[in-house]
Amino acid sequence: MPEQFLWTIEVFLNGLMAGVLYALVALGFVLIYKASGIFNFAQGVMALFAAMTLYGVMNGQVPFAHLINAVFGTEIHYFGWNLPAILSIVLTMVVMILLAWLVQRYIFRYLVGQEPIILFMATIGLAYFLEGVGDLMWGSDIKTLDVGLPQGINLWIDETTFNFFGYGFFIDNLDIVASIVAALLVAGLVIFAQYTKQGRAMRAVADDHQAALSVGVSLNFIWILVWSLAGFVALVAGIMWGAKSGVQFSLSLIALKALPVLMLGGFTSIPGAIVGGLIIGVGEKLFEFLIGAPYLGGATENWFAYMLALLFLVFRPQGLFGEKIIERV
Amino acid sequence: MLYREAGDFSTTYSQDSQTFPIRFDRWRYYAVLFVAIFVIPFMVNDYWVNSIFMPFLIYSIAAIGLNILVGYCGQVSLGTGGFMAVGAYACYKLMTAFPDVSMFIHVLLAGGITAGVGVLFGLPSLRIKGFYLAVATLAAQFFLVWLFNRVSWFYNYSASGQINAPERDTFGILITGPNTEAWATYLFCLIFTVFSAVVARNLTRGSVGREWMAIRDMDIAAEIIGVNPLRAKLTAFAVSSFFVGISGALFFAVYLGAVEVGEAFGITKSFLVLFMIIIGGLGSIFGSFAGAAFLVLLPVLLKVVGVDWFGWPTDIVAHLNLVIVGGLIVIFLIVEPHGLAQLWRLAKEKLRLWPFPH
Repeated sequence: MPEQFLWTIEVFLNGLMAGVLYALVALGFVLIYKASGIFNFAQGVMALFAAMTLYGVMNGQVPFAHLINAVFGTEIHYFGWNLPAILSIVLTMVVMILLAWLVQRYIFRYLVGQEPIILFMATIGLAYFLEGVGDLMWGSDIKTLDVGLPQGINLWIDETTFNFFGYGFFIDNLDIVASIVAALLVAGLVIFAQYTKQGRAMRAVADDHQAALSVGVSLNFIWILVWSLAGFVALVAGIMWGAKSGVQFSLSLIALKALPVLMLGGFTSIPGAIVGGLIIGVGEKLFEFLIGAPYLGGATENWFAYMLALLFLVFRPQGLFGEKIIERV
Repeated sequence: MLYREAGDFSTTYSQDSQTFPIRFDRWRYYAVLFVAIFVIPFMVNDYWVNSIFMPFLIYSIAAIGLNILVGYCGQVSLGTGGFMAVGAYACYKLMTAFPDVSMFIHVLLAGGITAGVGVLFGLPSLRIKGFYLAVATLAAQFFLVWLFNRVSWFYNYSASGQINAPERDTFGILITGPNTEAWATYLFCLIFTVFSAVVARNLTRGSVGREWMAIRDMDIAAEIIGVNPLRAKLTAFAVSSFFVGISGALFFAVYLGAVEVGEAFGITKSFLVLFMIIIGGLGSIFGSFAGAAFLVLLPVLLKVVGVDWFGWPTDIVAHLNLVIVGGLIVIFLIVEPHGLAQLWRLAKEKLRLWPFPH
C-alpha cells in the first residue's frame, strides 16, 4: 500500500479526534442557544476558567493571591494541600454552578427580550470579564493540568497497524479518551433532555418561552440549569484541552473554532454539533496535509474552518441539521 | 441659556440643513478644531502623542468606519483587524514602490484598496446576516492575517516577516520613520480624522445613510420601499473598509513604524474596535470618538494609578483592565445600550431646557 495513502488515513483519524474536541465546545454553545437564544461567545473562556479553577483547587492555590499580595504586601500563595482529582472536579463544578447563577442573576435577567446580537455582544463582554477574573484569581502562567488521563502514543494501535500495513499509526491515548468521554456526554445529555422532568422543561423553554411559562416552568431555574450544564461541558472540554495543550489563553480561542462547527451543524442540533465538529476537524487536518503544507506554506488550519463555513453558508444557511428558516432579503 | 435654537434664524436652505443647527454647538465645534490644530501641536511631546493622541485619532477613524457598518447598516463585523492589516500592507507596498509620491495619496489609496477587499468579503452579507455574517467576517480576519504572514511578496521578502515603514515626507516634513517630530505625525493623523468624521457625518445624513439605516431597521421593509439591499450593503462595506483601511495604514506607517501582522492586527484588535463603538454608541459619529477616547485612556489611566501610584505588577493591572472593560460592556448593554453618545444627547437635551426644565 502506498505510503501517502496510509499517511492520509492517519491524518484523517487524527482529524477525527481533533474534531471530537471541537464538538465538545460546540455542544456547550448549542445547549445555551437552544434554551435561551443566547449565542454564548464566552463558552471558550468558561472552559479556560474551569480548567484554571480545577488546577487551582487541586494544587491548593489561594484565589486572588497575586492581587492580595500586591494590595496588602503579604506573601501567600498556597493553602498547602493537594486534593484528589475527583474531589477537585466536584468542587470546580460547584464553582461553575455558582457562576451560572451569577451570570443569570446579574446579566441575562436584565437582557431578556433583547435582540440576539445585543446578547451576543454581552457574552463577548462576559468573556473578557471572565478572562480577567480567571487571571486575577489563579495567575496567568501556563499550567499543565494532569487529572490522571492516559497520554502519549497508543502502543496497541501502533503495533496492530504496523503488523497489518507495515506502518504504525500515531494516535494519542488522550484523543481516544476524549472521544469516549464526548460520546458518553452526548448520550447523557440526550437521555437527560428526553427522559427527565427537567430535561423536558428545558426543551419546552427552547420551543416557546411564553408557553413554557404558562404551564408553570420556571424560566429562571431552567436558564440557570442550562448555564450550569454549559459550565459542565466547559469543564470537560477544559480538562481535555488542558491535558492536551496546557491551560493557557489560547484555550479560549477554541470558542472561535466552534463557530464554524455550528455553522455546519446548525445552531440548534446536538448531533449537528458532533457531525460538524468531525467534519471541521477532519477537513482542516486533511486540507493542511494535502494542500496547505505542500502548496500554500502551511498553517492553513487558522482559517480553513471559517472559509469552509463561509462556503457552506452560501449554499445551505441553516446548516446540516438546523431548523430551516425561510427569509429572503 | 446659551444653548438654544431660539433667535437663530435660517434664511437659506443650506443654513437650514447644516450639521450643527444650534449656534453654541457650532462654536464649540470650531473651538475644538481650533484647539486641536493650533494649540495642541505646540504643547505636545513624544509621550503625549504616542500614548494618547495618536492612538485616539487612529482608533477614532477605525471606530467611525466600523460604526458605519455595524451602527448604521446593522451588519456585524469581526474582521476589523484584518481590514486594518490590508490598509497597512497596501500602504507599505505603495510606500516602497513609489517613494516620491506624497504620503497623503498613499494613505488614501490604501483606504481604496481596503474598500475593494471589504466589498469582496461583504458579498456573503447579501445572503446571510447576524451571527452568520459575523462568522463570515471572522473568516476574513483569519484568512487575511494568514495571507500577510505567509506570502512573502507582501512584506518584500524581508527575513523577519515584519514590515518597517521607510522614511517618507509630505511637503518636506517627515511623516514616517524614526526621526519624525511629534507635532508633524499628530497633525497628519488629525487631518485624516477630521476628514473621516466630516465625510462620515455627511454620508450618514444623506440618502446613502438613510438607505443604510433602513436596511438596519428592517431589511424587508427597506426593500419594499425601494432601497436596493445589494447596493446599500456593499456601499456600507466599501465606505466602512475605506476608513478602516486608512486607520490601518496610519496605525502601521505613522504610529508603530514596524508591524508584525498577527500581533498588531489580530482578533483582539477587531474586538477592541467593536468595544469602542459599543461603549461609545452604535450609530453615532460622536460615539465613535467617545468610545475610542475611553478605551485608549482607560489602560493609560489604570497604568498610572495602578503601577505608578500603588506599585502593583503590570500583569495584574492588565488583568484588571480586562475585567473593567468586560464589565463595562455588559453594564452599558444593560443600562444604556446606546452608549456614551446617548448620555451626551441627554445632557444636551437637559441643557436646552435649562434653567427652566418645564
